Amino acid sequence: MIAYWTVISARYRMLLQYRAAAIAGVVTQLFWGFLRVMIFDAFYRSSTITQPMSFENVITYVWLGQALLALIPLRPDYEIRNMILKGNVAYELIRPLNLYWLWFSRELANRTAPTTLRSIPIFILSMLFFDLQPPTSLLSAFGFIISIILAIFLSSSISIIVNISLMWTISGEGVSQILPAIVWIFSGIIIPLPLFPDCVQPILNFLPFRGIMDTPFRLYMGHIPPDQLLNVVGHQLIWIVILIAFGRWILNRGLKRLVIQGG
Amino acid sequence: MSYIIVENLVKHFRIAKRKPGLLGAFKGVVHRKFKIIKALDEISFSIEPGELVGFIGPNGAGKSTTVKILAGILIPNSGRCVVMGRIPWKERVANVRNIGVVFGQRTQLWWDLPVIESFELLKEIYRIPNTVYKNNTEELITLLNLMEILNTPVRQLSLGQRMRCDLVASLLHSPSLLFLDEPTIGLDAVSKLAVRDFIERMNKEQGTTIILATHDMDDIETLCKRIILINHGKILHDGPLEKLRVAMSDERQLIVDMIMENYEIDDPDAKVVRRNGHRVYLRFNPNKVSTAELIKRITERHPIRDLFVENPPIEEIIAKVYLEQDKL
Repeated sequence: MIAYWTVISARYRMLLQYRAAAIAGVVTQLFWGFLRVMIFDAFYRSSTITQPMSFENVITYVWLGQALLALIPLRPDYEIRNMILKGNVAYELIRPLNLYWLWFSRELANRTAPTTLRSIPIFILSMLFFDLQPPTSLLSAFGFIISIILAIFLSSSISIIVNISLMWTISGEGVSQILPAIVWIFSGIIIPLPLFPDCVQPILNFLPFRGIMDTPFRLYMGHIPPDQLLNVVGHQLIWIVILIAFGRWILNRGLKRLVIQGG
Repeated sequence: MSYIIVENLVKHFRIAKRKPGLLGAFKGVVHRKFKIIKALDEISFSIEPGELVGFIGPNGAGKSTTVKILAGILIPNSGRCVVMGRIPWKERVANVRNIGVVFGQRTQLWWDLPVIESFELLKEIYRIPNTVYKNNTEELITLLNLMEILNTPVRQLSLGQRMRCDLVASLLHSPSLLFLDEPTIGLDAVSKLAVRDFIERMNKEQGTTIILATHDMDDIETLCKRIILINHGKILHDGPLEKLRVAMSDERQLIVDMIMENYEIDDPDAKVVRRNGHRVYLRFNPNKVSTAELIKRITERHPIRDLFVENPPIEEIIAKVYLEQDKL
């Protein structure tokens, strides 16, 4: 455990150095945040029927999404890609560590470090100036924290599968194109999931992706009442277990056919 | 029981065959043909504790593949392999705790971190007790003369410095078995000597069992009493180096740099094999004429600038091993 913790903290500290990227990220996220707020504003003004989510809630949902965007797995870990491409994965395998948990530790740091840097300024700015509402109650704040921690694990368990898939594809180009498309839509970062038509709700509820964004956000604003906490957190937990089991299985298959590139 | 037992180890790699041209590329999409490469073809050997064994062979002979199987990184297709009582790929994590590995062409250090921080990360990863870590780093850092570069990020190190740091990194957890895969590749003469000297000391003083895979004949000559010669995944020779050399090649190569270009050298005991501008390559048999005498004769008779003696390249010895095998 200590060894994995070392890996996480070393990588986390390393990633915290990318401050310029974080500033650029904050600016971009704010810009897109405004754009999305304006779109929903126009949408709510022109709509005559009652929506399944109030406008205030949608704004909060949008800003939470912008603040925590870096939690979403976007692309494969390029260092792992290089390891596989150039054969340095051999050195990962001579460590007395389980390769899955080693890579999972990296992924936890990959997800949390950029999020730490970007989320704090966006949180503060949007709470002060852009109508991000505080959590509705202490209980909903508690639910949000629990569920955001699970969202980090869920996101990591998805992105590690993408990293492992590089053992087959090597380039990772295709997967870095298709992954955001899927995750962005089904996590609620494009359109809040409650605004999707009723007929697709069962699918959205079933898939793991809502656990990354939608679940914690709706707990935050009480759109999912705190007494539902166990249900939605259970959904996240089950998917984490399934995805970790799947990831370990394909990693073992990958290791069996491993070729160390470059001799 | 032996430290390392390898019996009939086989490793195949499957490589997609491409046909040339556009049509070939289309065919490859529909129906792919694979070529099986036998990286290891039923090799067997065993190694006792404290040995320093040289693995030699040209590129692609199967040296690295063997090392990677012993380290548990690759899984063989068939055969038996036991390292310190464990099957490496089944108990990889337990196995690698006692193993140090250096792959000469790669680094195990963290590229962006100062050297010392990489060492500290390894300390945590291997859970090396404080006292052991302190002793080992102090000793290794003095031995390899790394004091000044400890705070330099790895990416700024020269190849020789990096290799010395990599050696330290592989030994921090006091492994009883050390795999060195081309540890002197690309190093200048001074660094090579430092690395060789260090390898010898680790083997003699710490009793570390070392497997040295290389195609540098000089590494082998200075370090290894026993060599295993591999080519095309087969063991061609397993035993002392002298035996191989005596059996295969009595010849030495004398390289002479002449003052004049295209100069003719005539000597009854040496044969000119190649010439290149000022440089003339001669072959001679040290059993017929002593090296000292031949050099004396040539320097007396011919206007030369410089000369040096070399062993025939490894490729040549292997070629001779082949010829011998064909004769049997």
